[in-house]
Amino acid sequence: MRDVAVIGVGMTKWGELWEKSLRTIFTETALLALDDAGVDTIDSMVVGCMSSGLFVGQEHLGSLLSDYLGKNPAPAARVESACSSGGLALRQGFIEVASGLSDVVLVGGVEKMTDVTGCEATYALGTAADQEYEGYHGLTFPALYAMMAVAHMHKYGTTREQLAQVAVKNHLNGSKNPLAQFPFKVSMEAVLSSVLVADPLRILDCSPITDGAAALVLCSLETARKRKKPFVRIVGSGQASDTIALSSRKDFCWIESTQIAAQKALSMAGRKVEDIQLFEVHDCFTIAEIMITEALGLVKKGRGGKAVEDGLTAIGGKFPVNPSGGLKAKGHPVGATGVAQAIEVVKQLRGEAGERQVKGAKRGLTQNMGGTGGSSVVHIFEAD
Amino acid sequence: MPTPSRYWREIPQRYRYEAGRCKACGFICFPPRLVCPRCGAREFETTKLAGTGTVLTYTIIRVAPEGFEDQVPYAVGIAELEDGVKLTAQIVDCDFASLKIGLKVRLEFRKLSEDGEAGIIHYGYKFVPA
Ligand SMILES: [Zn+2]
Repeated sequence: MRDVAVIGVGMTKWGELWEKSLRTIFTETALLALDDAGVDTIDSMVVGCMSSGLFVGQEHLGSLLSDYLGKNPAPAARVESACSSGGLALRQGFIEVASGLSDVVLVGGVEKMTDVTGCEATYALGTAADQEYEGYHGLTFPALYAMMAVAHMHKYGTTREQLAQVAVKNHLNGSKNPLAQFPFKVSMEAVLSSVLVADPLRILDCSPITDGAAALVLCSLETARKRKKPFVRIVGSGQASDTIALSSRKDFCWIESTQIAAQKALSMAGRKVEDIQLFEVHDCFTIAEIMITEALGLVKKGRGGKAVEDGLTAIGGKFPVNPSGGLKAKGHPVGATGVAQAIEVVKQLRGEAGERQVKGAKRGLTQNMGGTGGSSVVHIFEAD
Repeated sequence: MPTPSRYWREIPQRYRYEAGRCKACGFICFPPRLVCPRCGAREFETTKLAGTGTVLTYTIIRVAPEGFEDQVPYAVGIAELEDGVKLTAQIVDCDFASLKIGLKVRLEFRKLSEDGEAGIIHYGYKFVPA
């Protein structure tokens, strides 16, 4: 297997981009990534997108986006693993370069979510759950995570305030990220008094509906070295699956696919979590970040709430989590999220994260998750 | 929303609570599967879900997906039935204040949602306090 480098990143401002179509949002970010890399020719491209069919009525994205980017006849594929589609695209690109099949691969992620009503968007997102045995009964994604929160609070004594602290922390980080959908702080009081979505989760516990895209250029280490510019290496990649129905899990408080994917990525990198200085994780809901910090082994089972309360996961803490603002403040265009996580880590490792820079960061980890943990993808990056 | 064929295909589970019991290890799959998730065996016999169980977790949905907008707020939960099967459904005929982990419930056949004025009415099980 060959070593793989990230040589270019591209991301534009996320939000409700009513004036832009899916193909435009994607093409803009892909061009930024290609320009950042100083590359014009690619061997192939992989795009993560969860549900363009339900969100904009468009499939066959690989060819559409290759066409609009002016890269035909380069092979192009769209990959899907619900909210971890972006992380999966990165992994597929990594595999393609590592195998030697391609030398330069464009990895992208995109989701255009505001062309449908809120109700239709809730339905589209709900298809990442078991449609026949969860969706049929009127379950929503917030409801599934709310049930995980109720179980975690009951079993470990996690508090409503600790959940809110995740949102407060991530918005503080996001206030320093100009590309974030919500680049502002929120107070504990604002979170605790925001409207209920599925008890105990309130709207400020939830990541938003977002239009956005993100792109990276990957190449072999050999090619990266010839360029004589700084780059970042991908030193570990792991992926795991679990039941998509929450009810089939042994423990509603534990995200096993994340634990296994992280173990695989760490083992490939030959590292422990203590060797990593920043973590971009899938905080689709506040309870998710708490459970992920446990699954990654940053804290013991049940201690995730205490960790955020004690500032362990703040920038400046022992394990900074979501310096970008996370899904919560940066936004969550589902298929783009996993790619944007990697972009934040690359920027941090290149020392280009501005006010939210984690000082002295040499290694970073991304954790991207589909559904309630039915799929997880973890990557580890290292400054060269 | 399901087509008539899809709706009809799912009737054994929704109306008759049919599950599959693994002939090798006894694990009960709901819905039925072709491969036992516990032991990997492939032979099953049809069995009916136990009618009662205990709530493991729950929530109250305030923002509904398409098709359930007129039902909010409504409670949902995951219960473990006496036969070990865990399943997700709405919890009805129950004050929100009395929802709790450990609540004893039984399955009851109810209307779940409908497609619209001339569409299919969807039926299935819900949990009610036992
Ligand atoms: Zn079995």
